[in-house]
Amino acid sequence: MSNKLSPKDRMAIERTHMAELPADNRSKNFEEVNLGLSPDQALSEAQRCLQCKNRECVAGCPVGVSIPEFIDALASDDLPRAAQILRGDNALPAVCGRVCPQETQCEALCVRGKKGDAVAIGYLERYVADWAMQHPEQLLAEAAPEPTGKSVAVVGCGPAGLTAAGELARQGHKVTIFEALHDTGGVLRYGIPEFRLPKEIIDREVAVLSALGVTIECNVIIGKTLTIPELRREFDAIFIANGAGLPTMLNIPGENLKGVYAANEFLTRVNLMEAGRREDSSTPILQRDEVAVIGGGNTAMDCVRTARRLGAKRAMIVYRRGEAEMPARVEEIKHAKEEGVEFVMLTAPIAIAATEDGWVSALRCQKMELGPPDDSGRRRPQAIEGSEFDLPAGIVINAVGTSANPLLTATAPDLALNKWGNILTSSEGETSIPGVFAGGDIVRGGATVILAMGDGKRAAAAINDYLKR
Amino acid sequence: MFEVVSNEILAENLHKMVLVAPRIARARKAGQFVMVRLAQGEERIPLTIGDADPEAGTITLFIQAIGASTRKIVATPAGGSIRDVAGPLGKETHITNWGRVVCVGGGVGTAVLFPLVKALAEAGNQITTIIGGRSGRYIILADELAPLSEKLLITTEDGSLGFKGFVTGPLSEMLADPERAPQAVFAVGPVPMMKAVANMTREPGIETIVSLNPIMIDGTGMCGGCRVQVGDETKFACVDGPEFDAHLVDFDGLSDRLTSYRKEEAVRHAVTDCKIGKEVAR
Repeated sequence: MSNKLSPKDRMAIERTHMAELPADNRSKNFEEVNLGLSPDQALSEAQRCLQCKNRECVAGCPVGVSIPEFIDALASDDLPRAAQILRGDNALPAVCGRVCPQETQCEALCVRGKKGDAVAIGYLERYVADWAMQHPEQLLAEAAPEPTGKSVAVVGCGPAGLTAAGELARQGHKVTIFEALHDTGGVLRYGIPEFRLPKEIIDREVAVLSALGVTIECNVIIGKTLTIPELRREFDAIFIANGAGLPTMLNIPGENLKGVYAANEFLTRVNLMEAGRREDSSTPILQRDEVAVIGGGNTAMDCVRTARRLGAKRAMIVYRRGEAEMPARVEEIKHAKEEGVEFVMLTAPIAIAATEDGWVSALRCQKMELGPPDDSGRRRPQAIEGSEFDLPAGIVINAVGTSANPLLTATAPDLALNKWGNILTSSEGETSIPGVFAGGDIVRGGATVILAMGDGKRAAAAINDYLKR
Repeated sequence: MFEVVSNEILAENLHKMVLVAPRIARARKAGQFVMVRLAQGEERIPLTIGDADPEAGTITLFIQAIGASTRKIVATPAGGSIRDVAGPLGKETHITNWGRVVCVGGGVGTAVLFPLVKALAEAGNQITTIIGGRSGRYIILADELAPLSEKLLITTEDGSLGFKGFVTGPLSEMLADPERAPQAVFAVGPVPMMKAVANMTREPGIETIVSLNPIMIDGTGMCGGCRVQVGDETKFACVDGPEFDAHLVDFDGLSDRLTSYRKEEAVRHAVTDCKIGKEVAR
């Protein structure tokens, strides 16, 4: 079949809706919420793409996926080719199809969105990537690259590291990923919950890299087990993508009470260590009826939806600005609401109150109002005097963000950092040490999976150039 | 996988385990620890590196089997293996020649103390080591510590070995004697013991270092679970510690946070006689 509809016919097709698990059912388990498209839905959605010449959607993608091309292959019912195009541009398509904020990237620039709904590029990416995982026998074989004899160390097995590793391996370089935790995926595994990104997807994406010849060594903490100077002696180039670091504290009274979690601890217990998800997990997690999550980003949404699944009757988002200002994806907010999460907006925490025996009893809050815009362009929240109130809570989760992890940089004195401890790089990702590149959250502070992947891809290109010099 | 070279029982529930971990053996300094996970689905547990042999590529762990996870770890025989061992983590002990130093170890804290005593001895300090336990059965590493110390004192609560009483007894006598008062004190053991030592050395202004054992998950600074109040600041024991100025540590807060999972653990380990909320094996 060929993709030969007239523009008018294409325009007549409405955007497809992806099926989801019913909210009352899914809010009690960790199964994936979004169920994917059927073949008919995918075909029809692919046909909505106008195949415009200026490919604006591609400019919106941090890794520059050839979007019209893979969609055209899909609309022509040539899934092997669609998969080949996608995989050529994106090392983790099944991940991106699930967690990328397409609505602010590729889909935001889609010409169809100017009058009506954008093409559901993210849904199509997921469809093609999932098909590829289920039909390995139909995939077009990748030509094995000519070995270059060069070796590259990648620090961190998260989205930036995996992307760079894939790109570099395809160029014929010998790649070793060093991961500090006992398992692969970085934030994809410890941070993003199963109901948004099943762990099996990570395993499969990692298996693709292993098949390309990438070596992954877990339990190696660069900066501790080995240092950057040591790696520099063994490898021709290094890509540092060790991710976000220490949780940013709220600096309010009561922060060290029992029942106060930083988002990373809460999520790591449940996601990486399987607390509360597996009957026999030996890592415990607290479960309470009322859980207050502070913050308005995707991490806050992941925490609150996880708390709900662990049995919280009231799972609440407490955010000092309004819903319109929340950095979380629209879909996450929508899903959270459907699952019964309460949104306590224009509310800032001022203290955490305790029971007599040191457990959290309430989050002491203050109402806010929005003033004029601040540096970020968002309206600045201002406290309303005399508006203090107590929100009953047995668990408080701090999801306001993280700062740079000092473990690696502490033992690499030649690595230039900014005043927050993030590694300084050129636009290509090169650091102050020749042959050492960096990307992802250790450079950007807290950002998204896809921006980290973009860094990985750019740095891989720069490393390839460097190794040819 | 990390191969177990040997696994000996030193005292009741206390094992000395030697593991093949060449990179950790090379990089490790006194005061540092590793995160250990026996197998898929098991907890990550922080354990102090008791000793290391960089040439043989091995590290030694002293493991007190007090909870379900540590019991499973010590059940691994020589020739068996541990799935995950990551480290060395935490800051190394600041070692200098203070002159006279007292090293105080309580219970399994003595195992954490051992590498510090060794490093302090190598730096030329005159060390008095005081180790205590509930009874003689719980006194560990006395033979190993004796040659490193100018003097080794043992206290037991029931008087079955050494002096009857607590480690604070001999310490207070030394503090009262200008000829014997130390320039620095290192204390590792149960939180109440460390708190008591800190209170004794605060007024005379003797530098006192404690090694803390809060709840940890990743051990690399990511999760913030191990936070402790030190002076005006919230510190993360895994990256800022595990050793801190004893006079600034909020011991009550630490003690309280250690009980966070008492109920959950009790339910899970109902069949065992685990009395503590969470592994505090370090």
